[in-house]
Amino acid sequence: MTSLNQRLWDHGSVRFGAAVLLLVLLLSLAAPWLGTVDPAAMDANVINQPAGKSGAFNLPDGTVVQHTFWLGTDNFGRDVYSRVMYGGRISLVVGICTSLLALSLGGLCGMLAGYFRRVDTVLMRFMDGLMAIPAVLLAIALVAVLGANVATVVVAIAIPEVPRVTRLVRSLVLSLREEAYVEAARALATPTAVILWRHILPNAMAPLLVQGTFVAASAVLTEAILSFLGLGLPPDVPTWGNIMAEGRVQFSMQPGNVLFPALFLVPTVLAINLLGDGLRDVLDPKFAKRVG
Amino acid sequence: MGSFLIRRLLAVLPVLLVVSLLVFFMLRLAPGDPAAVIAGNNATSEDIANIRAHMGLDKPIVAQYVLWLGQVLQGDLGYSYYLSKPVTALVAQRMEPTLALALGTVLMAVCIAVPLGSLAAWRMGGWLDRGLSAFSVAGFSVPVFVIAYLLIYVFAMQLQWLPVQGYKPISGAQSQGTWAWMRQLILPWLTLSTVYVALIARITRASVSEALQEDFIRTARAKGLSELAVLVRHALANAAVPIVTVIGIGVALLIGGVVVTETVYAIPGLGSLTVDAVLNRDFPVIQGLVLLFSLSYVLINLLVDTSYVWLDPRIRH
Amino acid sequence: MSRRLFVQAMTATLMAVGTFVHVQAQNALPANKVLRFVPHANLAVLDPIWTTAYVTRNHGYMIYDTLFSEDAKGKIQPQMVQSYSTSKDGKVWTFKLRSGLAFHDGKPVTSEDVAASLKRWSSRDTMGGVLFAFVDKLETPDANTLRMLMKEPCAIVLEALGKASSNVPFIMPARIAATPGTEQIKEHIGSGPFIFKADEFKPGAVAVYERNTKYVSRTEAPSGLAGGRPVNFDRVEWVIIRDPQTQFNAIVAGEVDIVEQPSFEQYDTLKKTAGVKVEDFAPAGFQYIMRFNHIHPPFNNPKIRQAAMLAVGQQAFINTQVGVPELGRLCRSIYPCSSQFADENTPHFTGVANPAKARELLKEAGYDGTPIVMMRPTDLSAITKLPLVAKQQLEAAGFKVDLQQMDWASLVARRAKKDPPSQGGWNMFFTTWAAGDIDSPLTSAMLNAKGATGWFGWQDEPRIEELKAKFARAHEGSEQKKIASDIQSIVFETASFVPLGEYRNPTVLRNNVSGLLQTPGIPVMWGLAKR
Repeated sequence: MTSLNQRLWDHGSVRFGAAVLLLVLLLSLAAPWLGTVDPAAMDANVINQPAGKSGAFNLPDGTVVQHTFWLGTDNFGRDVYSRVMYGGRISLVVGICTSLLALSLGGLCGMLAGYFRRVDTVLMRFMDGLMAIPAVLLAIALVAVLGANVATVVVAIAIPEVPRVTRLVRSLVLSLREEAYVEAARALATPTAVILWRHILPNAMAPLLVQGTFVAASAVLTEAILSFLGLGLPPDVPTWGNIMAEGRVQFSMQPGNVLFPALFLVPTVLAINLLGDGLRDVLDPKFAKRVG
Repeated sequence: MGSFLIRRLLAVLPVLLVVSLLVFFMLRLAPGDPAAVIAGNNATSEDIANIRAHMGLDKPIVAQYVLWLGQVLQGDLGYSYYLSKPVTALVAQRMEPTLALALGTVLMAVCIAVPLGSLAAWRMGGWLDRGLSAFSVAGFSVPVFVIAYLLIYVFAMQLQWLPVQGYKPISGAQSQGTWAWMRQLILPWLTLSTVYVALIARITRASVSEALQEDFIRTARAKGLSELAVLVRHALANAAVPIVTVIGIGVALLIGGVVVTETVYAIPGLGSLTVDAVLNRDFPVIQGLVLLFSLSYVLINLLVDTSYVWLDPRIRH
Repeated sequence: MSRRLFVQAMTATLMAVGTFVHVQAQNALPANKVLRFVPHANLAVLDPIWTTAYVTRNHGYMIYDTLFSEDAKGKIQPQMVQSYSTSKDGKVWTFKLRSGLAFHDGKPVTSEDVAASLKRWSSRDTMGGVLFAFVDKLETPDANTLRMLMKEPCAIVLEALGKASSNVPFIMPARIAATPGTEQIKEHIGSGPFIFKADEFKPGAVAVYERNTKYVSRTEAPSGLAGGRPVNFDRVEWVIIRDPQTQFNAIVAGEVDIVEQPSFEQYDTLKKTAGVKVEDFAPAGFQYIMRFNHIHPPFNNPKIRQAAMLAVGQQAFINTQVGVPELGRLCRSIYPCSSQFADENTPHFTGVANPAKARELLKEAGYDGTPIVMMRPTDLSAITKLPLVAKQQLEAAGFKVDLQQMDWASLVARRAKKDPPSQGGWNMFFTTWAAGDIDSPLTSAMLNAKGATGWFGWQDEPRIEELKAKFARAHEGSEQKKIASDIQSIVFETASFVPLGEYRNPTVLRNNVSGLLQTPGIPVMWGLAKR
């Protein structure tokens, strides 16, 4: 009987997805040492330079460095290569944190709704309402309400994802509740929290993990859309999304400003999606059929 | 069937109530004063206070909510001070482009994805299958506006086959005919359907391939039916339920894509109306539109659920 | 369905569609009689007296007419007025209207309409308010004559009545002008060269105007906003396109004829692109400014404001926000350098960053390190880069900056709050003005130094207010110029606000469109023609 790890390793999508993500993670962490400058530094003398050009770059503290603009500069006079490298950090942070937040909130609500009947009716009505509001609109409105920084953007993208996670966990809990060992634990007067923690949660982990990857992928894309609409993170916090959004004014003239970050964003989101696919196939082949 | 429908329709109401509460209170807690937006650069703080009073924003929040809810129940979605038109009029004016965009996208996506997905399932492991899997995962990994800009660059600017932007109505005084209407929408449809095709094709492939494993397929083939008949009349028909489900779920994704697509292609629909309304804190419009979108989402899901009965006789409520 | 039936059905459908298309095409106007213009902002509010928004003002010029207009040389010329005269003591002004002037609903323009329109305008406009403070009463002895009786001689009557920029004293029917200035008008009927087609108006999408065939144009050649207004189009469409890349694509592909304000980033490429050309209808351009909050620390201390003024340099702002060197200009005056009151001989302000001196002044002033709440609009590309440059420069001089980023709607709401900056208020914001709005002490909103009821920032400087009152009574020429310069000196001495440089924002047109008139910043659709 092949172990879980063995099966995971054998699956093509998981290998590919994990490898790409690891690469992106390493690049993002190593950004300061990869020939980059301060991604927020603007030098008005080098606006809209083509890719590959080298020249003098005036830093805000007055020093001048000789720098090669591997991917050109943008319309603020900032180095696109540096921004893309550092941008990976925030994009990944947004993806991961949104996923974790949505999973925790959704998981909690799902468990409560699944386990306590009274909580169920009220909570699920609320979740239905939340789910009915189009996710992008809700995110836009939340960013407008909370202002735009990493924390609020994460919250704004996570909240529309919570209902789906809640439904998932709730249906799991509903079926798990009837299992023999749960009944036994109840008969032994085990506190509810312990039952939830020790018996229900571990069985929900696998589908939660899979859902988590899809939430992460969707979060990175939604962040790009928010930036496109002018409601994303401010540009001194570079993300692939807002680099593309800013570059679009001159897409015809400098397509690189949009395409280079896209070249990083698309494979990353792809990798996350593939990872999720693979995990789902491996962890629960029945699950694939149920949810689709 | 009748009582099922009525029960489901009634269940819609509390959902809408929750939606209305969420939106209403969230907007009023937001920083950003619709009165200040309207007042402009030259205004004084007094001007702004006057406009707030005029718009009824100085009343206590709960009173404002009750007032608004009362209006909505009488069919009045409010008045946009920013655009100087009743919200219902704005919605009526802008609905056609968005419907054309959304319905066209769904139709195009289904017409492309279902056959492709079925064929991929039929010849599983073949090049079509691999290609489709690759495309479908890629399809929802690319931001919509990147696809839009690329399509415009290639087809509108370089090849000049299609227009860059705008919308022409299909009928009415300003219409220039059905072909002109369609021509404006081809690129937007292609842009939006990329994500949708990816989603539907995956599900179609998964469900059809599962259906093809069933015994009745062997029976059908043994009876001497052509492969096409086997595929369509037996495999696809049995895979219909998950496919229709995902079409319903996809509608929620669609709205996000519609907002971006309308902005890039300058289509004056409900999506761009919503973005403008949020950026200008046009409360009545935002509230009205969110209610409308939520209602459509709920009704579409209801339609999907009801179609199950028709598609799969085994499901009975 | 049988194959034959299917083919027949398809053929029938195609034929029907084809006929439909053909019929529709026949009803269209010839291409050179329709103009498609992309304005710089969405036309939402249609009342040019209620709001000062530029796009609404431009809409006003389409459908309304004015008593006087400014010509290309800056001189005020009669427009709706046939002749005018003043009494010897300067206290009675008599205006006679041209004959044949009529509103779009067919009714003739009378002096009653003029009086009502001017009254409504003066209730909203600063300069109008100053003018009407001098007015004793308005008389309408006959349908074509308006008499203005003044309490004392006033030097700015013509300047006010011929005011080019917001709010413009547009003439409306008396019944519409009866709407209080605090409410928006519901009908849009004027006597101008175009008629507004309210039934075809789609807010956020398109605004449609038709030629006013009954318009009686003046016979002189057009000059600036004055003179004749020859209309060469039967139909003008204002097409709203939000996305700047789409605007670019649309003009290059020929789907629109004019884009009012292309982004600076597109300027160089547009100059080289075939089929389009770049021209400037507003050579006087625009000016960026930085405004302080005068009622809260640290900027309630004039020395600290001056330190900030010393810390910033105009060149960096122009380079970053404008980017195209030929479009930017440094200008050391609070008035546009091309206008009559511009005065660059000012000792207090150099426009060049001097971080060392600024640091000294900060220490002297006892700056305690309170962070400055600087507001930045993320969604307004015209000014969104200014705060970033300012932050860099201010920090180099020793200021601590708390950059708050928000969308424009949040910014204007926060800007109106008088709360302390750390509790929802602000210390600093940036904006831009068209030259026509700040070229005179009486038109510039920034010179409203009445304290709590003044412009955002609430500077309380009675000397400025006194000088403005003197200005209204002074004679044209050197007397007014001296007062304007004195006001500027006080502005720089007290650092009311800081001018950050001037720029032009040229328009892009298709090559077959000609006749773009140079005006004080208003894109006018008369004079234009398409081959």
